[in-house]
Amino acid sequence: MSTMQQQPQDYSADAPVGSRLRATVGSTRIEEDIFGRAFDGRIMSRLWAFVAPYRSRVIVAVIAVLIFTATQLAIPLIIRYAVDYGIAPARDSGLDMSHLGRAVALFVAVVIANAIANLIQERVVGDLAENVLFDIRRAMFGHLQRVSLSFMDKTEVGRLMSRLQGDVNSMQEFLETSVMAVGDFALLIGIVVAMLWLDVQLGLLVLSVLPILFIVRIFWIKKARDAFMAAHQSNSIANGALAEAIHGVRAVQSMGREELNLGLYSRLADRVLSTHIHAARLAQIMVPIVDTLTGIAMALVILVGGSMVVSGRLEIGGIIAFLFYIQRFFDPIRSLTLQYSVMQRAMASGHRLIEVLDVPKAITDKPDAEPLTEADDGSVEFRNVVFGYNPDEPVLRDVSFRVNTGETVALVGPTGSGKSSAMALVHRFYDVQDGAVLVGGRDVRDVTQDSLGHHIAMVLQEPYLFTGTVIENIRYSTEHASVDQVIEASKAVGAHDFIMRLPEGYDTLLDERGGNLSQGQRQLLSFARALVADAPILILDEATANIDSYTEMQIQKALQRLLEGRTGLIIAHRLATIRGADRIIVLQKGSVIESGNHDALMARDGLYAGLYNLNHGSFDDLGTPSDPNLAS
Amino acid sequence: MKAQSAPSDHPDGDGGRQIVPDFNRTASVGLDRSRETMRRIMQMSLAYRRQAGLAILCTILGVLAQLTIPLLLGRAVDQAQTALTAGGGTAQLLPVALMLLAMSVLRGLLTMGQNFFAESVGHHLARQIRAMVYDKIQRLPFSFHDRVHSGELITVGMLDVEGVRMFFSTGFIRLIHLVLLIGIGGWLLISTDPALGLLALCFVPFAAWRSIVSHLTLRATWLVLQEKLAVLSRVMEENLAGIRVVRAFSAQLYEMAKFDGASKTALELAHRRVRIRVTNSSAMSLSFFLAMALVLLVGGRQVANGTTGIGALTSVLTFMTILQMPVRQLGMMVNSFARASTCGTRIFTLLDLEPVIADAPGAPELKITDGTLRFENVSFSFDPDSGPKALDDISFEARRGETIGIIGAPGSGKSSLVHLIPRFYDATSGRVTIDGQAVNEVTLASLRKAVAVVQQDSFLFTTTIENNVAYGDPATADHRLHAASGSAQLHDYVTGLPEGYGTVVGERGGSLSGGQRQRLSIARSLLLDPAIMIFDDSTAAIDAGTEARLRTAMQERAPDRVTLIIAHRLNSLKHADRILFLEEGRIVESGTHEKLIALGGRYAELHVLQMGSAEESAA
Repeated sequence: MSTMQQQPQDYSADAPVGSRLRATVGSTRIEEDIFGRAFDGRIMSRLWAFVAPYRSRVIVAVIAVLIFTATQLAIPLIIRYAVDYGIAPARDSGLDMSHLGRAVALFVAVVIANAIANLIQERVVGDLAENVLFDIRRAMFGHLQRVSLSFMDKTEVGRLMSRLQGDVNSMQEFLETSVMAVGDFALLIGIVVAMLWLDVQLGLLVLSVLPILFIVRIFWIKKARDAFMAAHQSNSIANGALAEAIHGVRAVQSMGREELNLGLYSRLADRVLSTHIHAARLAQIMVPIVDTLTGIAMALVILVGGSMVVSGRLEIGGIIAFLFYIQRFFDPIRSLTLQYSVMQRAMASGHRLIEVLDVPKAITDKPDAEPLTEADDGSVEFRNVVFGYNPDEPVLRDVSFRVNTGETVALVGPTGSGKSSAMALVHRFYDVQDGAVLVGGRDVRDVTQDSLGHHIAMVLQEPYLFTGTVIENIRYSTEHASVDQVIEASKAVGAHDFIMRLPEGYDTLLDERGGNLSQGQRQLLSFARALVADAPILILDEATANIDSYTEMQIQKALQRLLEGRTGLIIAHRLATIRGADRIIVLQKGSVIESGNHDALMARDGLYAGLYNLNHGSFDDLGTPSDPNLAS
Repeated sequence: MKAQSAPSDHPDGDGGRQIVPDFNRTASVGLDRSRETMRRIMQMSLAYRRQAGLAILCTILGVLAQLTIPLLLGRAVDQAQTALTAGGGTAQLLPVALMLLAMSVLRGLLTMGQNFFAESVGHHLARQIRAMVYDKIQRLPFSFHDRVHSGELITVGMLDVEGVRMFFSTGFIRLIHLVLLIGIGGWLLISTDPALGLLALCFVPFAAWRSIVSHLTLRATWLVLQEKLAVLSRVMEENLAGIRVVRAFSAQLYEMAKFDGASKTALELAHRRVRIRVTNSSAMSLSFFLAMALVLLVGGRQVANGTTGIGALTSVLTFMTILQMPVRQLGMMVNSFARASTCGTRIFTLLDLEPVIADAPGAPELKITDGTLRFENVSFSFDPDSGPKALDDISFEARRGETIGIIGAPGSGKSSLVHLIPRFYDATSGRVTIDGQAVNEVTLASLRKAVAVVQQDSFLFTTTIENNVAYGDPATADHRLHAASGSAQLHDYVTGLPEGYGTVVGERGGSLSGGQRQRLSIARSLLLDPAIMIFDDSTAAIDAGTEARLRTAMQERAPDRVTLIIAHRLNSLKHADRILFLEEGRIVESGTHEKLIALGGRYAELHVLQMGSAEESAA
């Protein structure tokens, strides 16, 4: 928080005069809007699509909620009946209990109906809200599997997760309360009608306190919401600071920042305290207001209603019914105003959900797309390919080359030369702007993406492991692979030995992202995964990380094994890899500038020779040191 | 929670050992433990005397005010009735009406006071616990953080604090409220009309029982549901983070099947929870209304008999409506107790841990004189009881101005060795000294000021580059900050950014590349001007040219300090005054680059391996 930077004197007595304390804890990133417009037809109609399949259940729920409300309304009336027609006359004129008996029987019937309606209503709505919640989440998750990778690259995972969880959950809350809102609305109208039916004059008198409550609440809700927001925000800022302290604890301790950080954090915690106290004060202020209005209404009923009883205009049971209604009277108003906030929150969430669902699927199969089959060879060809993530800034300009079946080709070039983009095009992660990419002699746009995926195995620069066992990770989506095939692949890449040393061998559970394995071991597992997939073409983005020399040797061996009998297309950083390639393609600023084997390129004395000579032992930093954007 | 995490079993300073609490979220807490936890929560809550006292006072008075309302209503009805039958004016209704109004206002104010002060206690308590948790987490040593997942600690700091915070208002105060309401109200009822009173209360045991049972079941299923949802969210999170792998293997269908599998179990559980909730709430309502029907029937007969007034019947009926809510919420209170007890136990387990690495009593500050670092027969193991030795009998000395290179295969103990110097861990045996002072006998603050470690993966804080560089010395002067980042080969890059030093970087580094992150973390350490500077494989992502310039820049200050460098690239070590070759925790070779090459041992072998394919490119 900016306020912290202005008060250095608390923590650094020995600070030089005029210097600032450059210290904060946690991030001050502003949160997303919590509230949207209360009603947005477009969002509602999109969301309705998820509810529509359960239309008949919605109707059942609404009917049940109306029956439930009707029974609620009936109870004071039955009591009135019991008092006025059952009890009072019986007392006054002999002991005829039949009216009372009838009233109580009716009462029992109504409360049973009430319980059943409640059961049906809550059950149907609860189940429906859960179903819709999961349906929306599934639709979004499924959609994200197909949206363009450039969207995924630009978007933080955390942000998407908060869509899939927080926003989806607030839709659930919305669905549950909106059926309740129907009931509350009906209850409010029902109470008004019942009171007016009992006695128009007294009813109007009592109802006159209603507008007061409405007005007070409208002013109140805005203030309360601001207070609630401030509390919520201060809380998430403090929680962010705590998370940072936990993740960065090693840096905190080695820099000796414990004292200072505790001081800074305490201020955040103070702010949490003060905003929450403020919010609590605002939330509670409504209690005496509602109670006062209830008191006024009851006093009116007693005074005015009492004289009406005396004048014979109203029976005593009527007063009792009034008193019962008054006590229930403010409940629907309270929950309706709360539902208004829920609805605003839901609209903001709904807007974000739809945003995700509307991200275009960049790549779709043509209607007549055919699968690549085993009959297709393993050649890869670029024909005058032009491509850019932003059409005005091409990262590949007129790139043409061909890799024949069984060849190994290394792609080298400085950062930003377009190597990774070229690889992504082979797998059709993106579509070219001009020209064509051919795999097995067929344009990648004419074949199904699924078959393309099985024709190409890909090893990414950063090995990525999922939570699960070793064998699950190696097998991954090649589900039909047998245990023997997995073991064979692991042996081939030299991973078998270390896997067998793990506590439970192939059944060992990996930690988050394979944290219990070394970088090199993770790399070998991802090699094994590609080998099990057994595709005719292998695309590999070599790791740049500095791995110790022993692991490096193992990886080189595994690579050779992996490339056996396959077409290999490698973004290479290692000298050994580059030298082992049949051909080297040098890219610069999106164009192929040199191509040939190592000796030919060295003889040319061009960019490749220059880069090669600059480099010390590994080929990972091909940036020219004079350019700070390319260095490291 | 396992018994081993009880505070009495605390480690006795035997190396880096730290008993790790079991933060299992579904585990039930033993009764003794639970009672102790609740005692501590209550003690801490009641320490906010004014607020807690006011909350309790408001609760008591509020119940009294609340209970007068049914009585006043009854009296009003009776008076209206009398006025009707016996004739006479309605003037006597006025005092009752005014009393009713006054009591309503009073009840409102007292309820407000009750809720506000009770919540206030909770928020103050949370404020206090938050700071304690934060402080403790910051002070627990590396060995603790190695073993406890960060997610667990975050949950303790967020959800568990919340669970304890809620207890005073939703558990304790509401319970007082309910007990008083049933106690005083029930006594009033039964003393005026025993039969009717008992009938009116007859739904209470049933509703209370269902409420408690259903809330406890809901809580148990909630915990399981949370686990299922965690699986689901892990499936989604890993899919999104690894979307390139998913695409590369065309594994979308496989991933959808994984998602459906995880979601199906969660959904089934969610439906079960709806069922439990709904069945019980309907049953509770029904019991309440049936009791009301009985009161109506019996009370009606009594009124007809003349044994009871119609006002008394009204009183009883209104009282029942007042009682209904708190009784139905009894389950919530029990739930609040259960939650506070498990959350509180986790919090106290954490707070009761004593950092095994802390200042010895009366420890003096480290005094740097010659700047000599010595390892004297140092052995270390992460688990002193059974674990293998990570370091075995290490001895060496480094004088001011010297650079020591450390090399060895992964797991050979390189990082463990340097981590003993700033006491990230404590040696199991032997001594690490700086100018003759053992590192575990001086204050941590002074030690860590003198020793800076640049870690392999540098953690950046979500703030500006400036604040990150100045992390260890936030009050430093601008020119020192710029000099440090200049030496780290960072300054030029930063000044080229649109927002310069004000650029915000994040935990994940945001826009910075791996090499830039490492340079930032080097600048951060250089700013401290430490007597001992350690690079733990922290130049791996920096290209060779920049690394060479970095080395030159650092040579200026090198005469004033001991430098230790861990690296895989022999190029980074060649210039060292001495190179230690580690294998399985032992120094197997030691000497200058030339000497080790001449020795023809492991180092020489590695040299051939690394340089063999690049002999012509060696600069």
